[in-house]
Amino acid sequence: MTNKHTLEKRGIRWNEYFIRSGLGLCTLSSVVTTGVIIYILVKESLDFFTEVPLMDFLFGTQWVPLFEPSSYGVLPLLWGTLVITVGAAFIALPVGLASAVYISEYASPKVRTIVKPLLELLAGIPTVVYGYFALTFVTPLLRSVFPGFNVFNALSGAIVVGIMILPTVATLSDNALRAVPDTLRQGAYALGATSFEVTTQVVVPTGLSGIMASFLLAISRAVGETMAVTLAAGATPSLSLSMQESIQTITAYIVQVSLGDTPAGGIAYKTIFAVAGLLFVITLALNTLSQWILSRYQAEYD
Amino acid sequence: MNPQTTPEASDSENPISIPENSVLDLQKVSISYSGNPAVNGVSFPIAEHKITSIIGPSGCGKSTLLRSLNRMNDFVDGVTLDGQILYMGQDLYGNDIDPVALRRRIGMVFQKPNPFPKSIYKNVAWGPSINGYIGSMDELVEQSLVQAALWEEVKDRLHESALGLSGGQQQRLCIARALAMSPDILLMDEPCSALDPISTAHIEDLLFELKSNYTIVIVTHNMQQASRASDYTAFLELGNLIEFGTTRQIFTVPQQKRTEEYVTGRFG
Repeated sequence: MTNKHTLEKRGIRWNEYFIRSGLGLCTLSSVVTTGVIIYILVKESLDFFTEVPLMDFLFGTQWVPLFEPSSYGVLPLLWGTLVITVGAAFIALPVGLASAVYISEYASPKVRTIVKPLLELLAGIPTVVYGYFALTFVTPLLRSVFPGFNVFNALSGAIVVGIMILPTVATLSDNALRAVPDTLRQGAYALGATSFEVTTQVVVPTGLSGIMASFLLAISRAVGETMAVTLAAGATPSLSLSMQESIQTITAYIVQVSLGDTPAGGIAYKTIFAVAGLLFVITLALNTLSQWILSRYQAEYD
Repeated sequence: MNPQTTPEASDSENPISIPENSVLDLQKVSISYSGNPAVNGVSFPIAEHKITSIIGPSGCGKSTLLRSLNRMNDFVDGVTLDGQILYMGQDLYGNDIDPVALRRRIGMVFQKPNPFPKSIYKNVAWGPSINGYIGSMDELVEQSLVQAALWEEVKDRLHESALGLSGGQQQRLCIARALAMSPDILLMDEPCSALDPISTAHIEDLLFELKSNYTIVIVTHNMQQASRASDYTAFLELGNLIEFGTTRQIFTVPQQKRTEEYVTGRFG
């Protein structure tokens, strides 16, 4: 006799089991890929550091890995990355935040529905196009105003990277501002505040964690940006303060070696793993910091 | 639907009376959202230093009407208003009226407590400071918090985040924040609907304290609250003013059948 009210198990639900495993495998694939990348970076970098002392690498001021007498001081490459990143941030952070404030707080819904997708489109342009844009438009413009500019120069690279990361700042900051509850705006307006006071003293401070996170993500994109800076800023490792000169970023160096005929296995070849490892640490730190800022402050108002 | 126009000093002999000194006069106020009417030709006065409650079932337009009194509806797209709201003789919707200046005179407390994510002190001080308050800010903050019956509970943690307060404390902080502007009129949009009974009782006690200095207009769907706390009551249904009078009259001898049915809990 079967009891239709029984609560006993009838056996394993196999379809549930397969769905669960399938989904798990998909997730695992990206985790494994990341793990393999980190493993290779660490292994090859360790090889490199058996030949070049870590301190010479981190604090050396000459980067001449491909010619004799070679020198492996990474500071010129770091400097190049820093110049591009800081220059780009100078353009993208204020303009991006101002755009976000406009879209979120001032624009009519109609304007917003047009402008926001346009900004997102800007974020979808392949970076090589930005490099091309730098070479064929920004650099000639700079040279027509300041004849001293090199064909490859840091300023042109910083400008296009700035334009490139601007949509990241604008759209993520806009999201952060729009997440600020409308009741706060109303509360502020009800105290006789103007739009500007409401925006600058209530909305922006409330959305600050999201804004800071957008800044850090954009900066981390600028640090890792490759094609545009390789095309715009050239391949001259230098500690020069002049934005008119060619520089080389970490990423541009990796491109140079990867595309050239540097034999695999040699010390020159291993340099790209060492600098890539350094790049990885920098962007990981920036991303972790932005995640931390978001999680630290987001819980406060919902 | 005939709010009588003869002024009456006392409502004990004749149940119908309307206020003598009104600070706000609603005259045939109609409000619509993108052409959909929400309030239809409503007229009644708001008495000075009294509590006027606006009651009615959900969706009757009472919040919309309240928010028109300090032009908070300006922020909603497609809202249009016809008729006049006179504040000491000036039409609030006149071309020469600055809504920012207007909101300094007519403050508002919202349905859900909405303190700024700043310290308790800054929540109270913010309004006066952006409006160029001259004088001791510490005193103003203390005085406002005392008036809002919150001072004793927060005096030792003024510089901690306002978000750490309980819901009832947050709402009293929002009242303190509005009082710090010394408004002529305080609008309250269901200020207790998100609060527990004890916090609600706190705020009702507070209303009695405040009315000697402020004119209060409160929207509520809690009939006990309206009958306990207010001096005048306007009953709205589907955007129409069904009846306006003293609270005692509305709750004891309503002139309209719908009012009677509503206040006795037969619908709504």
